[in-house]
Amino acid sequence: MTISFMHPALIMIVGALLLPLVRGPFRKPFMFLVPLLTFIDVIYLSQHPGTYGIFQFMDWELTFGRVDRLSMIFAFIMALMAIIGTIYGMHVEDEWQHMAAWFYVAGSLGAIYAGDFITLFVFWEMMAFASTFLIWARKDTEALEAGYRYILVHTFGGVVLLIGFVLRYQATGDLSFDLLNVQNPEIYTWLIMIGLMLNAAVPPVHSWLPDAYSKATAIGAVFMCAFTTKTAVYTLIRSCAGFDVLIYLGVFMAIYGIIYAVMENDVRKLLGWEIISQVGYMVAAVGIGTSLAINGACAHAFAHILYKGLLFMAAGAILTTTGRQKLSELGGLYKKMPGTMIFMLIGGLAVSGLPLMSGFVSKSMIISAAFESHILWAGFALTFVSAGTFLAAGLRLPYLLFFGKNNCSEETWEKAQDPSWNMQLAMTIGGFLCIFIGCYLPFLYNMLPYTEISYHPYGAYHLSETIQIMAFTAFGFFMLRKYIMPKNTISLDLDWFYRMGGRAFLWTVKNPLQYFDTALSKFYKSVGISCLMETSKFWSWFDWNGIDGVVDGTARCVQAIGRRVTIVLQRGQIQQTICYTVSFAAVLLVAYVWL
Amino acid sequence: MIANLIDYLSDRLPLVTKVCYVAMAFIVFWSMSVDTSHAHTWAEKMIPGFWSLFGISSCAVVIMVARWYGKSGIQTREDYYDN
Repeated sequence: MTISFMHPALIMIVGALLLPLVRGPFRKPFMFLVPLLTFIDVIYLSQHPGTYGIFQFMDWELTFGRVDRLSMIFAFIMALMAIIGTIYGMHVEDEWQHMAAWFYVAGSLGAIYAGDFITLFVFWEMMAFASTFLIWARKDTEALEAGYRYILVHTFGGVVLLIGFVLRYQATGDLSFDLLNVQNPEIYTWLIMIGLMLNAAVPPVHSWLPDAYSKATAIGAVFMCAFTTKTAVYTLIRSCAGFDVLIYLGVFMAIYGIIYAVMENDVRKLLGWEIISQVGYMVAAVGIGTSLAINGACAHAFAHILYKGLLFMAAGAILTTTGRQKLSELGGLYKKMPGTMIFMLIGGLAVSGLPLMSGFVSKSMIISAAFESHILWAGFALTFVSAGTFLAAGLRLPYLLFFGKNNCSEETWEKAQDPSWNMQLAMTIGGFLCIFIGCYLPFLYNMLPYTEISYHPYGAYHLSETIQIMAFTAFGFFMLRKYIMPKNTISLDLDWFYRMGGRAFLWTVKNPLQYFDTALSKFYKSVGISCLMETSKFWSWFDWNGIDGVVDGTARCVQAIGRRVTIVLQRGQIQQTICYTVSFAAVLLVAYVWL
Repeated sequence: MIANLIDYLSDRLPLVTKVCYVAMAFIVFWSMSVDTSHAHTWAEKMIPGFWSLFGISSCAVVIMVARWYGKSGIQTREDYYDN
């Protein structure tokens, strides 16, 4: 059966282009309608798996619509998050921000449905550029600078990916975006993996994430926390499943992220570090590569988008109303923002994997996959991180924001209140889904790519394990919390190298290179110019006295001879002139005849 | 409403703390009666309250490592990158 294929990304793009034209009372319904239509389109496509939208472009076959179970689950959650994010940002008048967000969603959906590397690359870059505008939309110097860093890092990643798949095309003639030969990786396999890894914020190419997400606008961060990293996780599942090195990188990033999250003072940066930590689970699952692990990675990405979206929405609500996002400038807000507190708590508990919450049913799948594949160290390390996650996002963050010591200034305290209805509605949807997924397993589990796997998170042993870990982590937090109180500091990370590297470059240009340039100009002025002047003086003299002398001399000679001839031969007597002329003609004639 | 509940609980902090301790004791006690056939390693079967110990030590390790790492020069002044 052939079905009419309408690419969901196209709906978002057309919607984004029409948005500035839709004004007044039509704006809000239109903003709700476009992501809703996209979502309906995604659901419609999931009923009709297959390959659509194949175009011939020069020598290459481009596939825009590969609809299978893996692309379905990711497209579903992306489209759903687009609805939630758009509702959250509905009060914002700045249409450029919404357009950027929708182009960004379109990029993500396009990358998810892409069947070849060229299509993937086009949408990949679309995501990077569109999301940069979500950072710049904040319009202060910090955001501007962070946006430039973000786009430069992502351009670098894009180039690495491009080189990777071009080399692969050269070697194999294959552009299809499928599982790479990860058992015998070639240089291009590594390059493609690094290109994709950069968007998943895997160390050492991760520093862009907390930097950019903490500087973006409130709605910008809500969109960004969902799309870039999880689209990258999708592409890693598609191309690098079973690549061993990803287990090590994933576990490392899970631990690394959580250590930084515990040290962090900036709320949204803290949540950014949390993303790195949680994406670490997914990356490790991709590395494990078994059916259960891949299902776990998909489930966790799905759950993660919702609870992380919820956390960023709550943080955005605090930022929007108080204008503050540092823990050291907030605190005790439960009196002023009880609604936001509940959503932040739901998000924090969901990310920590509390039973009956979404994180519990997704994260445990990955940990079980690690244990079942007999990678015990990874299983224990990821369990260790889940304790850390609870500590950072489930305990420390809500404690410092809503309870604990009130560090708010009078002005902040005055401004603090629960946000507008649309932000609360978006948070309600997110919060509901976080709990719904944890309570009603078939909703998420029926969407997972490998249907033959059955997994039951609510075993007594697993419940007892999780509850023990959480209870005693909470106990540890209350005993040791004085060591992790917020301080007015920033934490140095690997972005130091390019931030200070850029500065070193600037210094090199400003100092040694500038000095050299100045010295060269001085040298030129004193030596070069005078040399040139002397040389040109010589040539001027030579021209005047030499060349002009020869030319003028010749002219003077000819003039003198002519004058002499005139005096001798043209005396004015006609018979004498005729005699000379006839004699000359005779001489010529004789010469002509005889010679 | 929520704010009132929180105020109510924080006014009775010693009692809340006691309830929490009782809950923790119950959790550990319950864990000993749970079927351990799904355990991944022998340690989980042999050590009573294994995951409780794991939880509290993980928490302590994360806090201490973060503290040490931060103090080693990673946490620095906020205007570090300013010109």
